[in-house]
Amino acid sequence: MALKGWKELEPGVVILEPGNTIEYKSGTWRTFRPVIDMEKCIHCMICWIYCPDSCIMVKDSKLVGFDYEHCKGCGICAHECPKEAITMIEEAKAKAEEAK
Amino acid sequence: MVEAMVKKPIVKALEGDKAVTEAIRQINPDVMAAYPVTPQTEIVMEFAELVAEGLVDTEYIRVESEHAAMSSCIGAASAGARAMTATCGPGLALMWETLWVTSGLRCPIVMAVVNRSLSAPLNILTDQTDMMGSRDSGWVQIYAENHQEVYDNFIQAVRIAEHPDVMLPIMCGHAGFVLGHTLGRVEVLPDEVVRKFVGEYKPLYSILDIEHPKTIGAYDHWDYFFEHRRQLFEAINNVLRVIPEIAQEYGKISGRYYGLVESYRLDDAEVAILIIGSGAGACREAVDAMRQKGVKAGMLKVRCFRPFPADEIVKALKGKKAVAAMDRCECFGGEGGPLFIEACSAFFNRGLPMKMIDYFYGLGGRDTVPSEFCDIFRELFQIAETDKIKPPLVRYLAVRE
Repeated sequence: MALKGWKELEPGVVILEPGNTIEYKSGTWRTFRPVIDMEKCIHCMICWIYCPDSCIMVKDSKLVGFDYEHCKGCGICAHECPKEAITMIEEAKAKAEEAK
Repeated sequence: MVEAMVKKPIVKALEGDKAVTEAIRQINPDVMAAYPVTPQTEIVMEFAELVAEGLVDTEYIRVESEHAAMSSCIGAASAGARAMTATCGPGLALMWETLWVTSGLRCPIVMAVVNRSLSAPLNILTDQTDMMGSRDSGWVQIYAENHQEVYDNFIQAVRIAEHPDVMLPIMCGHAGFVLGHTLGRVEVLPDEVVRKFVGEYKPLYSILDIEHPKTIGAYDHWDYFFEHRRQLFEAINNVLRVIPEIAQEYGKISGRYYGLVESYRLDDAEVAILIIGSGAGACREAVDAMRQKGVKAGMLKVRCFRPFPADEIVKALKGKKAVAAMDRCECFGGEGGPLFIEACSAFFNRGLPMKMIDYFYGLGGRDTVPSEFCDIFRELFQIAETDKIKPPLVRYLAVRE
């Protein structure tokens, strides 16, 4: 995203384009990340209801994963999951694993 | 009709606070959110009566604090309403956080500030410490010398704040008790003339415009915070152009013309006093007294302190042999008060010499009388004759040792 100069910005701190937070990768400072055990998941959507950042990705009424670009790792999904299908793992370890 | 009105004005005896209430009544804003605090109480008390009697269409919000008052005004302005409030001293101090939100969000809120000291010692009387303390918060600041200016400033403030090149909040200061609680002669305009002058408020955005959803007041990182602040520097500097424009328009309907500064017997003056607010009244008398003795003294009153009218001040005082800046506020630890510091810097930055001294005066409601201003003029002539300032540079007027 190219940064705008002060003359290009709307006066005042206003965002006129609804939903543009999606362009801003706000999930970069997570300490823990949620991971799902699909064997246990019953797609009840309770995590989808509770997630404060709309990071539960859903396709055809099924949970398909997490939006890690915006998830802050708060752990509410894991706490609320009635089947204990979501585990919070250390982000640093997960990143190290991914790098392998 | 307007011509006739100028020739035959409506004259009322009003307290300074009542002059504000009268102006707000005529403007008939959408929202007023305020908390009573001495010596501003009369404004909100009497305006609440007008609301109760159905004489205005204003939504009156009774809040639990000044912080809430300004927050309510911000919400109202963001919804597209013309919002106003009034406060003084400690109330303004409690608002401090939200002052910056108001200017940052570009809410053109108009606020009367009945200038009061800040505790401790506990004191309810006037000085300008309250407004001077918030001088860098992105608010436009204008000060009244007398009752007429209290009224005239407040009406013009609406147009200054809401000017498309400005869209910033504005404080209109007047001295507590000295102006606020005393009766003065005020020429008021007919209601319809005021309403036509202020016109209808056109907000930049409205959160109630559901066809166009928007976010107001979102978080900025280091990536955008500075750019948004840069816009504020630009907007407030535009005020130096806008105030004289609005003043011209106001002059046409009222017969009273205002500028960023006002000179009094200054053209041929050799020395001058630079002052803000009600103290200018006594200073005028001192100028007259000196002139009667054949001494060429003059005065420059600063009406608008934010933005600082440096060019106008330099233009008016250039060539004077000595000038005393009068600061009616505390500025602990600074090299003088804000008026002195900024006036000095205005001359320095233009490469012009100026012999200038600073007086802190009138704190906590202490009266400053013409004879004291005469003493200052004598001191200035001493400086002019010797071409030397005997230390200290910064003095405290009429303080017992």
